[in-house]
Amino acid sequence: MAMLEINDIHTYYGNIHALKGVSLTVEEGEIVTLIGANGAGKTTTLRTITGLLTPREGSITYEGENITGIPAHELVYKQVAMVPEGRGVFAKLTVLENLEMGAYSRNDKEGIVSDFDRVFSLFPRLKERRKQVAGTLSGGEQQMLATGRAMMAKPRLLLLDEPSMGLAPVLVDSVFDAIVEINKEGTTILLVEQNALMALSVANRGYVLQTGQIVLHDDSAALKQNEMVQKAYLGMD
Amino acid sequence: MIKTLQENFQKIQKFALLGGIVAIYLVAVGMVETFAQRNLIGTSLSLGHAFLVLGPIGVGILIAQAMKESETKSIYVAGFLAGALSSVSLILFNIVIQIFVIQADPDAVFYLRNMFVSFTPTAFEFLTFGQGMVLGNILLFLFFGLMGMLGVSFLRFPDKIRRGWINSLIWVLAVGLFSENVAQILRELFGPGLGKIIFSNKSMNPVAAIILFAVVFAFSYFGLKKEASDKWAAMPEEKQKKGRVFIIIMAILFVAILPWLVGLFLSQALFIIGMYVMMGLGLNIVVGYAGLLDLGYVAFFAFGAYTMGILTTTGALGRSDLNFWMALPFAMLIGVLWGLLLGFPVLRMRGDYLAIVTLGFGEIIRILALSNWLAPFGGGAQGILHIPQPEFFGLSMNSPQAMYYLVVLGAVLAAFVTIRLRDSRLGRQWMAMREDEDVAEAMGINLIQTKLLAFSIGAAFSALAGAIFAARLGNIFPHSFNILISINALALIIVGGLGSIPGVVVGAIILIGLPEMLREFAEYRLLMYGMLLIIMMIVKPDGFMPEARRSQELRDEKDTLPKQAAGTEG
Repeated sequence: MAMLEINDIHTYYGNIHALKGVSLTVEEGEIVTLIGANGAGKTTTLRTITGLLTPREGSITYEGENITGIPAHELVYKQVAMVPEGRGVFAKLTVLENLEMGAYSRNDKEGIVSDFDRVFSLFPRLKERRKQVAGTLSGGEQQMLATGRAMMAKPRLLLLDEPSMGLAPVLVDSVFDAIVEINKEGTTILLVEQNALMALSVANRGYVLQTGQIVLHDDSAALKQNEMVQKAYLGMD
Repeated sequence: MIKTLQENFQKIQKFALLGGIVAIYLVAVGMVETFAQRNLIGTSLSLGHAFLVLGPIGVGILIAQAMKESETKSIYVAGFLAGALSSVSLILFNIVIQIFVIQADPDAVFYLRNMFVSFTPTAFEFLTFGQGMVLGNILLFLFFGLMGMLGVSFLRFPDKIRRGWINSLIWVLAVGLFSENVAQILRELFGPGLGKIIFSNKSMNPVAAIILFAVVFAFSYFGLKKEASDKWAAMPEEKQKKGRVFIIIMAILFVAILPWLVGLFLSQALFIIGMYVMMGLGLNIVVGYAGLLDLGYVAFFAFGAYTMGILTTTGALGRSDLNFWMALPFAMLIGVLWGLLLGFPVLRMRGDYLAIVTLGFGEIIRILALSNWLAPFGGGAQGILHIPQPEFFGLSMNSPQAMYYLVVLGAVLAAFVTIRLRDSRLGRQWMAMREDEDVAEAMGINLIQTKLLAFSIGAAFSALAGAIFAARLGNIFPHSFNILISINALALIIVGGLGSIPGVVVGAIILIGLPEMLREFAEYRLLMYGMLLIIMMIVKPDGFMPEARRSQELRDEKDTLPKQAAGTEG
């Protein structure tokens, strides 16, 4: 049984039909990526999974349980964490307070303390800046913080929305390194990206989303060789 | 020096024009003339003068800022020039009055004063110092020049003198402005003798003013404050602790005897301040912590007042014979319930939309209270009369002083609850929600619960204030619950510093207390209010007493920006 199973979901913004029957599965331990151009519906898919949007049709199953339309704040108690698009750090709280907010859903004090260490070893920069207000961090540091904050919820499934957005290439590399590291430690990852090349190089499998529909689905290696993907998303002729 | 002046002449012109516009505006709306009736020092320096010179002093400050690099002497000359030039608009004003008002026929078809009511011979008299057209205008010109130099001196005096200079001026002006109140306090404390020496004719004695100036100046010059704080820091832990207890006891004593010192009228003002502190603390939870812009806060105030009225009145509308203390919890409960009821429909709204809906809510409640439909319950336009004063162990609390204690108690309770909530898990939830609702939800925060709690706790304090208000006045009418109360409460927490508890108190004193003390200028209240808000937003956007978190954010930005620039990434 797949960890996350999305079955033919249709999501609307008012009258606009944003997702026209998206289906995908994520197996435990995988990194799965969802690539596509601007406006293809990537973020909408994530927002539908996390309950910020409710689909009109279709179902979402997480570990055998139907979570369609579940309130967003309950999902985190099922150990699903999300790193929102554009980072979304709490700009006026310090780095440490941001991480504490990430552990909001938990009660095990010792576990939280050891997870602080884990996040700090993953992102040493955050440790240096732990007393600093998050709004004053650089874009890359904010991305690290948002990712670290999601890790504080001790998720089994981590949903990442465009972690490379607006970052310098050297930082993109280090963020993706961290993603691979997190996955190795046992967290399943669903990664939404525009930077298809980076995403496909770390993911096991990939889905290609176009105007609200999945048009392709394959192993990452195969997708990289796919002529249409090369043309449309990898900038090769 | 001449060269520097030539180089900067454009700036001088620009600032002089600005100062001139400010000066003529203050005169033309009649503020200067009205304020001239309140003397600050002796009979020669009035509040009108203080307002008149705002323009040239501001010009001087601007000049000193703009010409930071130049040598001191030329800055003073530039300040004098700019200040003096800013008087040109007033000289023109004098000429206009001379020709079109003083020498004109009041019954003529075109009579200037029909349009500009403040263009009076008295204003002319005031602006020319009673010296007539030629000499008066020359004096005005020179006087404004000196004021421009005064403005420069605020920035250019040597550091050691500067602070004392500014502090003493502020002290003297403040004591002069509140002569009557200070005199009243001195009378209560030391008998009638001292007050009579310092104050005469409702203003400060010039000699006393000079002495006060010297004392404050000496204080600043010799760094007595710093010396005291150094001594304090050098004291052993044990002693500091005792000292702190002592200070707290003194503060409590001060708050306790305050209404007896300031007399009946100001006790009433203190009561109103306390009421607004209570409301401000409640609104601070909604706006400051939870970030929900609520413009209909007056509705809960009205609910508290009406609940108190209906439950306790001895008039025809009374529905029970509860006393004040028994009705108080009901008033708060009703506030909480309506907080929830308002909360539900606006759960999905954010920012501006929320503000509009709550604004409407506040108005709806007022109009409903006014309606015939609800008149059998709330009395419609006639309101509810005969609301009894609270009794305390058989003693009727019918004096402003007694009600002041009640309101202070309520405010302390509100402050205590606010502090405890802020530092709790709920406080964190509010803050996270204020920053980003979606992310807060993704962290596992139940937004519905968090928002409703903010609305209902805020409403409870407002209802409490309303209930006390009803009992104090003894009668309530729908028109008492207009939107201005919401605006006042919101403005005072912004001026004080959003999210800051001492800020609420400071904001209430400035925005509610000052207008009460300056009652005779009530017609300019809203104008001053607007001016103050605009100036605050430009000069001190985070309020007089910013919350630690917000100021930390502003400071950090300055501290870390260079660091970031030096780093490797952007």
